[in-house]
Amino acid sequence: MANNDSTGKTLLVALLLCLVCSIVVSTAAVMLKPAQQINKQLDLKRNILAAADMLQEGVGIEEQFAAVEIKVLNFSTGKLTEDIAVDGYNLGKMLRDPEMSTALAPENDIAKIKAREDYGLVYLVRDDEGYLEKVILPIRGYGLWSTLYGFLALKSDGNTVAGLGFYEHGETPGLGGEVDNPNWRGKWRGKKVYRGDEVALMLSRGTVDASAEGSEYRVDGLAGATLTSKGVTNMLTFWMGEMGYSSFLEQIRAGEV
Amino acid sequence: MSSIKETLTDPIFKTNPIALQILGICSALEVTTSLKVTQVMCISVIVVTAFSNLLVSCIRHHIPGSIRIIVQMVIIASLVIVVDQFLKAYLFEISKQLSVFVGLIITNCIVMGRAEAFAMQNPPIPSFFDGIGNGLGYSIVLIFVAVIRELFGSGKLFGETILPLASEGGWYVPNGLMLLPPSAFFLIGLFIWALRSVKTEQVEKREFRIAPNTSSGEAA
Repeated sequence: MANNDSTGKTLLVALLLCLVCSIVVSTAAVMLKPAQQINKQLDLKRNILAAADMLQEGVGIEEQFAAVEIKVLNFSTGKLTEDIAVDGYNLGKMLRDPEMSTALAPENDIAKIKAREDYGLVYLVRDDEGYLEKVILPIRGYGLWSTLYGFLALKSDGNTVAGLGFYEHGETPGLGGEVDNPNWRGKWRGKKVYRGDEVALMLSRGTVDASAEGSEYRVDGLAGATLTSKGVTNMLTFWMGEMGYSSFLEQIRAGEV
Repeated sequence: MSSIKETLTDPIFKTNPIALQILGICSALEVTTSLKVTQVMCISVIVVTAFSNLLVSCIRHHIPGSIRIIVQMVIIASLVIVVDQFLKAYLFEISKQLSVFVGLIITNCIVMGRAEAFAMQNPPIPSFFDGIGNGLGYSIVLIFVAVIRELFGSGKLFGETILPLASEGGWYVPNGLMLLPPSAFFLIGLFIWALRSVKTEQVEKREFRIAPNTSSGEAA
């Protein structure tokens, strides 16, 4: 073993090792990127279908997703727009660009998301005759530990919930993580969002008595996850409100979409 | 020089990295709520430990003493990134659940410990098997913990319902503690207790013994 500890040898070993390792790592990253992106896309599509209660086992995701129409919504006008292409839409990039997003003042930032994009994607499902059947809206908001990203699907009346699902969150498994529980998600079906003009839908404390008045505006809270439940309620209040989709939903109710 | 078989099997019970050396506890707490996820984590750790040992051992005669830890770290980190990329590409669902814990294999003391303690002094082939053996030792404990946590925490094994939950119309009321990290502490503690009751040579010597109380006469 010739002098391993000389400065020259030390530098040489460090240099060679870094070179080899960086080549290995970047090769792996580049080679696997296409497969990873396909996974991500598929996962998103699966979640959209699941939120709209349309997911069928054993049928290809792409095939099922063909029924879904993707549109861009301009939040400030509440209208669908062609100004921004659906392909290449990037939420993260939009939020970093002050021209393309609106910073939220603390009193308006109910869902604690800091900024709202000016253009968002919405997903429309039409029946065979071309009438709108469901609309799937991306929502997000802060829970206990993390921002929850999900979709809320509404029926064509712009008021009745068709389903809800989250595709990314870091809440406590077994407590706040129960937002993924299929039973709980099933409880959203048929609930109403608006009472008059106000967003009335929220999570209650404990179980909802189905016979009580106003139970169509209440969903069971998550046991042991008060803050996650609050986060979900806040998220609904924000995204169904003026800063969110309310004017778009009005158009849906008027049959204009 | 011990045989390859011993190098491979010793770490499973005799010198188990978690039970005897109490290494790698942090990930054992976090990823053991469901068996499916645990299984993938175990395989990842076995792969990383085995190959990091192999690679470190291959270049052990050329590693300068002054930067040996960094050299080991770079090798381990590169392997972990590659494993993470593979999981994201081919096991997307599970990699989502494992989230940061794959990346944290880098800081798993077992990997580093074996590279430093074994691979630096031994030829590549035994080092490779030592890595697999220690990965298996880690896996045994993790799977033990995960079976209990998933079964009693959510009434399932591999996502299949075993004990029907009361909330879904069954009879079993799940133990919420099992879903939280501290329960793994208790379970690992019990595992170590059981193991040391069988293999009494693992019981550590007491470092000190409390002296009997002095009598009043002596104190004066």
